[in-house]
Amino acid sequence: MISFLKKFTSKVFSNLFRRKKNLKIGLYGPPNGGKTTLANRICQDWLGEDMGSVSNIAHETREITVKEKIVVKQGKRELSFNLADTPGIATKIDYEDFMKKGMSAKNSKTRAKEATKGIIESIKWLDEMDVVIIVLDSTIDPYSQVNLTIIGNLAARKIPVLVVGNKIDLKKAKLKKIQNAFPQYEIVGISAKKGKNMDKFYESLFVVSR
Amino acid sequence: MNLTLQFIPYSEIEGLSSIGRIRKILNIAKENKIVLLEGRLRKEEETELIKTTMEEINDEFKGIELAIIDNSSKNPDLLSRFKKGLANLLIGNRQGLTIIGPANIVKEIKKDPNKIELLANSGSLKKKKKKTTRRKKK
Repeated sequence: MISFLKKFTSKVFSNLFRRKKNLKIGLYGPPNGGKTTLANRICQDWLGEDMGSVSNIAHETREITVKEKIVVKQGKRELSFNLADTPGIATKIDYEDFMKKGMSAKNSKTRAKEATKGIIESIKWLDEMDVVIIVLDSTIDPYSQVNLTIIGNLAARKIPVLVVGNKIDLKKAKLKKIQNAFPQYEIVGISAKKGKNMDKFYESLFVVSR
Repeated sequence: MNLTLQFIPYSEIEGLSSIGRIRKILNIAKENKIVLLEGRLRKEEETELIKTTMEEINDEFKGIELAIIDNSSKNPDLLSRFKKGLANLLIGNRQGLTIIGPANIVKEIKKDPNKIELLANSGSLKKKKKKTTRRKKK
């Protein structure tokens, strides 16, 4: 009986800690916000390798990619998680937009089809996440319905959210607009490309992941 | 340039399932009409609407533009939240307005707390008009 109780309590505790230690963190947001650039920055900082390819043409990430066992350290604290980089969520996809960027009609249609599938997968995966990092381009108006819908949905599911205003190295960046749009969330302004303000980002990640 | 706006009172969707509500809205949007829905969908239905839209995108249907105007207070007190929650439970979320437009007609919806700007995609409308004229000639 005692050995059964010991096994039971150790199993319960180990499951509890495993859940906390192996968090699933998802990078979400509209296309071209810099999700993959941030994923690459995090992976470079802690694993010394990239996670995915980056492009100026929207919907470069069309499949969910997961990097396992990233361990972020800050002083004595450690945060271990699996990072999911997701395709940007949009309400419309027009293959002609890709053609305007110089792609062939065939490739544009394929890209559009893959992008729609990617968005469907991103939405399906929302439920699986323990923490979500919303990556917004701070040079673009944050009041888009996609942003509001994703964040509203996460709030309804009680999933902790960290909102990141990316591209603060650019002149047009207006972090204040993001802060005004989402006053109930902690907003961190970063430049994933230049590695600016990443310490503050990791600090906030520790806070929301508690 | 013809723009058709179709108003859907909340009573028309309140008895429908989530799938039924999304289907109704999308079917109207796919007829190249702009939907003005009284109130708003549930949070999970809004996400499901995006997902279903993606499933139906093809060469003709390029997706939707979506905007929700909700005039309820951003920082309500506990009593207001309770009242709103109870009202939503009993009669549904009739507050505000949801605008859904097909992407080939509505280029962008710009939102402001007090006004809404709907930018029409005039090029696509002209193309559409031309197509219809040709069909008539046959």
